[in-house]
Amino acid sequence: MTPVHDDVTPPVPAVRPPIIEARDVHKRYGGGLAPDVHALRGVTFSVDHGEHLAIVGPSGSGKSTLLNLLGALDRPTEGVVRFEGEDVRSLDGDQLAELRNRRIGFVFQSFQLLPRTTALDNVALPLVYRSLGRRERTARARQALEAVGLADRLDHRPTELSGGQQQRVAIARALVTEPDVLLADEPTGNLDTVTGSEVMGLLERLNRERQVALLVITHDEEVASRARRRIELRDGRIVTDQPVGAP
Amino acid sequence: MRLAEALRVALQAVVANRLRAALTTLGVIIGVLAVVLLVAIGQGARQEITGAIEGLGSNLLIVVPGDVDFSQAPPRSDFRLADVDRVGRAIGDPGRVSAQVASGDNVRAGGASVFTTLFGITETYPEVVTRELDRGQLFSISDVVTARRVAVLGAKVAAELFPDTDPLGKTVTIGGLRFRVVGVLASVGASLFGPDRDEQVLVPITAAQRLLGTQRVDAMFVKARSTDTIPDEAERVREALSRFEEDEFSILTQEEIIGVVGDILQLLTFVLAAIAGISLLVGGVGVSNIMLVSVSERTREIGLRKALGARTRDITLQFLLEAVVLTGSGGLIGLAAGIGLARLVDAFAPVPAVITGWSVALALGVSIGVGVFFGVWPARRAGKLDPVVALRHE
Repeated sequence: MTPVHDDVTPPVPAVRPPIIEARDVHKRYGGGLAPDVHALRGVTFSVDHGEHLAIVGPSGSGKSTLLNLLGALDRPTEGVVRFEGEDVRSLDGDQLAELRNRRIGFVFQSFQLLPRTTALDNVALPLVYRSLGRRERTARARQALEAVGLADRLDHRPTELSGGQQQRVAIARALVTEPDVLLADEPTGNLDTVTGSEVMGLLERLNRERQVALLVITHDEEVASRARRRIELRDGRIVTDQPVGAP
Repeated sequence: MRLAEALRVALQAVVANRLRAALTTLGVIIGVLAVVLLVAIGQGARQEITGAIEGLGSNLLIVVPGDVDFSQAPPRSDFRLADVDRVGRAIGDPGRVSAQVASGDNVRAGGASVFTTLFGITETYPEVVTRELDRGQLFSISDVVTARRVAVLGAKVAAELFPDTDPLGKTVTIGGLRFRVVGVLASVGASLFGPDRDEQVLVPITAAQRLLGTQRVDAMFVKARSTDTIPDEAERVREALSRFEEDEFSILTQEEIIGVVGDILQLLTFVLAAIAGISLLVGGVGVSNIMLVSVSERTREIGLRKALGARTRDITLQFLLEAVVLTGSGGLIGLAAGIGLARLVDAFAPVPAVITGWSVALALGVSIGVGVFFGVWPARRAGKLDPVVALRHE
């Protein structure tokens, strides 16, 4: 049988711009009487869809500053940060908030769950700022919690959950908005080795299955070695950027 | 963020800090309670006093000596009985004119003695100023002409001097002179303000003048035919009294007196409300304070919410609603307590209290306004927090 082509125009493979693109990014803090802190000194790299990337470096290397820029929490002093080609300099505070809500899922070292709030409501929190109805928020949050294996913990409060479970709730919350990228800041920093490894396994599975890019910021070499690409920062500059396992 | 959702978050935050919310709200509760209660008492006083003036009968013209100024004591009277006759002739019906001379004096009967307001009046008095007799009858025109020593007792005076017997036909002593009781006035009820009208004793004006050693007349009353004829009759009275200068007497209508007294009491009510409002203001400062604490405590939560997509106005709205929930619930509780207390006061204290719609609306509106006014600054501070800084806040 001859294959029948219904499409008049052949499908053009979409050239998607990188999710995040940083070009010659500088960030300075302070000023006035205090001496400037030059936290980032010309950082250039990009994150593609579905990538798994680790950013490592000692404290003071500019990791946190870079995370704030990649998470659209802050704007660079010099240089350009683009999300799918959109320059953050052209966005005001509220537009940045919307960008975070739609494209980025945050996973923090200290989980950052709201106390006295059930797992379900914690996970549904980002959807509140999309003005979704309660019914849909709950349905989506339930799905996200099922995806991280916490279907039986919907009504538990953070204090009733173990550290690993809390971090999985936080991952479900990052996931519920269907973001392009998960930004994980020392996701295993407050967990023991076994639990940390389980959480990394979960993040990697989501990365594979959902094609959501995973960007892990860590100083744990073991966590970093699980990524496919590794960027090392030192004194506000990228010193290496190469696939993991490369010579 | 939807408004309902913001309200839910605000309510949760208030419930999570129940004790603190209750203590903060107490300031607003007391403020609203004070406003509602004091306005109720002020309004009660106003209604009672204007009611008492209306009780004198409608379409009443009151002619008094001097240029009446409510801030001054009444001047010495220059009216004489001849002026009363002139006024009666001028309006064409002496039956619609009455006059009085007033004094305070002890009235004795047997061993009992009561201090009363002694009114020397003309026989037309009951019709003109609307007084009814319970027993007996008022003295006649001949009693007035001959200055006969007869008296009509107020209900309370009669009850105190003659607790067991019928006072009619008995004798009372006023200023050393003996008067025969010919009637007892119907009770009009105690008044909180001014002399008690049940503690009056009425005698012929001529007898009173003799008793007091004077020829003066303190006031004349003219009952106008109708509301429409008041200006015309006032003008006739003015012409009848042409032997006086313009500023030597005043003609007041009942409506004018009610208007002036009502205005004064309304002002008094507003002053009371304003003083009570100060405590509401203090309560508002307390709310502002606790909102700043709340914002500072929840800095990380604010940072998190912003990282997850909350806009400045979402956060501001959330905290503003929290403040309004605090003051609004305080307003409702204070209103309920204020109405309850006003009812208690009305029932058990000698002070009337009347809840008016405007004081209820004012109390609720102001308490919500206080929440917005004192909540907006902490809420804006929360909304403007930098998520980077807020997330790292310990």
